[in-house]
Amino acid sequence: MNYLHDIQAFLPGVIIAFTGLITILLESLKRDVRTMYGVSAAGVLAALIAAILSSTSEGGTAFTDAIVYGGWSSFGQVIILIGTLFSILLSADYLKSKSLHFGEVYAMILFASLGMLVLAASNHLITLFLGIETMSVALYVLAGLMHYRKTGAEAALKYFLLGAFATGFLLFGIALIYGSTGEMTLTSVAAAASPTPLFLAGSGLLLTGIFFKIGAVPFHMWTPDVYEGTPTTLTGFMATSAKTASFVAFALILVRMVPETSYESWQSVIQVIAILTMIVGNVIALVQENVKRMLAYSSIAHAGYLLVGMASGGYSAVLFYLFAYTIMNLGAFGVIAYFERTKNFDFTSIESYAGLGSRAPLMGVLLSVFLFSLIGIPPFAGFMGKYYVFASAVQAGMIPLAVIGVLASAASVYYYLRVMVYLYFKPEHKPVHLEKASVLFTATLILLAASTLYFGIEPLVSVTDLFGFVTGISP
Amino acid sequence: MIGIDWYLALSAILFVIGIVGVLIRRNAIVVFMCVELMLNAVNLALLSFSAYHGDIGGMILVFFSLAVAAAEAVVGLAIIIAIFRNHLSVDILKVNLLRW
Repeated sequence: MNYLHDIQAFLPGVIIAFTGLITILLESLKRDVRTMYGVSAAGVLAALIAAILSSTSEGGTAFTDAIVYGGWSSFGQVIILIGTLFSILLSADYLKSKSLHFGEVYAMILFASLGMLVLAASNHLITLFLGIETMSVALYVLAGLMHYRKTGAEAALKYFLLGAFATGFLLFGIALIYGSTGEMTLTSVAAAASPTPLFLAGSGLLLTGIFFKIGAVPFHMWTPDVYEGTPTTLTGFMATSAKTASFVAFALILVRMVPETSYESWQSVIQVIAILTMIVGNVIALVQENVKRMLAYSSIAHAGYLLVGMASGGYSAVLFYLFAYTIMNLGAFGVIAYFERTKNFDFTSIESYAGLGSRAPLMGVLLSVFLFSLIGIPPFAGFMGKYYVFASAVQAGMIPLAVIGVLASAASVYYYLRVMVYLYFKPEHKPVHLEKASVLFTATLILLAASTLYFGIEPLVSVTDLFGFVTGISP
Repeated sequence: MIGIDWYLALSAILFVIGIVGVLIRRNAIVVFMCVELMLNAVNLALLSFSAYHGDIGGMILVFFSLAVAAAEAVVGLAIIIAIFRNHLSVDILKVNLLRW
């Protein structure tokens, strides 16, 4: 038992946990909110550096096989922490304008982030459960931040009731898997598993719980309402970091827990869900009038593309996609948050964005960059992500899956471009007074847009250099 | 000596009662109680598996699951109070659950 080694292996999570505790302590000492903001941003930055360092190191397990570190799992943590950092940086201005700028918000973001880190490193069914629940309970609170508004309270109630319902399934799945094998460490489960009805039922229930968390069809019902009712920058946090954590945990389960004999049947289930998710997400997004609901359905569609990568075993492609998706989606939510700061004007429908391209040129360009990247147009990171995911499907011989994916993403051009048509080609309804964004807010968005471009131009090479992340690293 | 089958049957029945309750009841608090019933049904299954395998892992998970259920109850009841303040009702049909 070498606790120092274990703590070092999970250093990003430990830093985040302590930063969260310090933040909540400062809040109880009635410090200025800006202190909490600074402390939490610094803590996440430190954890991010620790995660980047550990992703280049040799992988292994810690805490008596409860967590894994190194390789993909650490790269997943890097993506989660990037998402957390940018959400915190973008949140301050937006929350201030909505009079929601409390220190507790940062503490909750940090605790949710801790849950995600645990989830992305889980090698044991107990850590998996604890990670998902720590993340979810903190996110329920964030979803209910605007509880004085009807949409906010509804979002929190929906997220909470359906999330707790899904937790029940997940936990029952864990219990059945445990019952049929007598083991809880993922690798020992794989060794002891036999395709008994008990084990199959347990796997199915576990999958249901995970599909709920990543918002795959038919377990996507909560996504649009929750995304609509949550403060916008925190919606970005939910859509990126939480999704990344669930996908990394899903990959760990697929690689470590699924016995080889039943791997193919898992693959075919994931394929069916991937096709459903891509089609339903894209088709319903076509008819949305509300920008945030449109982005919610688009995030369902993106979960579908990611599932294509999962079904074909292209986990590195999935990780790159998650990275690209995190930076471009956070950017898009950030620009929307900038517009929503405006008082006396409601920026919820797509029509309300008419003519803003000339009124706020910089924000218009930034939003266009992020939307182009979400469509998957070169030279942006979103294109490379999609390319890798579909290429891995083709390599695995799943041609129909790749074809449906490409067609579905062609349909997505319509609803993303529609926003840009309103931005640039429609006349303004009435002059709106847009408030100036702070330097930090604008700089953060420009940084996100620049990295969207950068990682689209030289994708894997630079990622390999940065994180020692290569296709060969096993989870 | 009561075999493990009976415990598992009881657990499955409780779990199904919980699911049915979540699906058909309209009062948010009752729905939440049904979710708690599901979690407790799982705890029962975990304990009986744990005893059956002679392995302590399942019992440890039960402790965690109890703690998580408590945390969920805190957040959940606060959210239900917020809903009640907004709508003066905790009927989930009135808050329009699961619309398109």
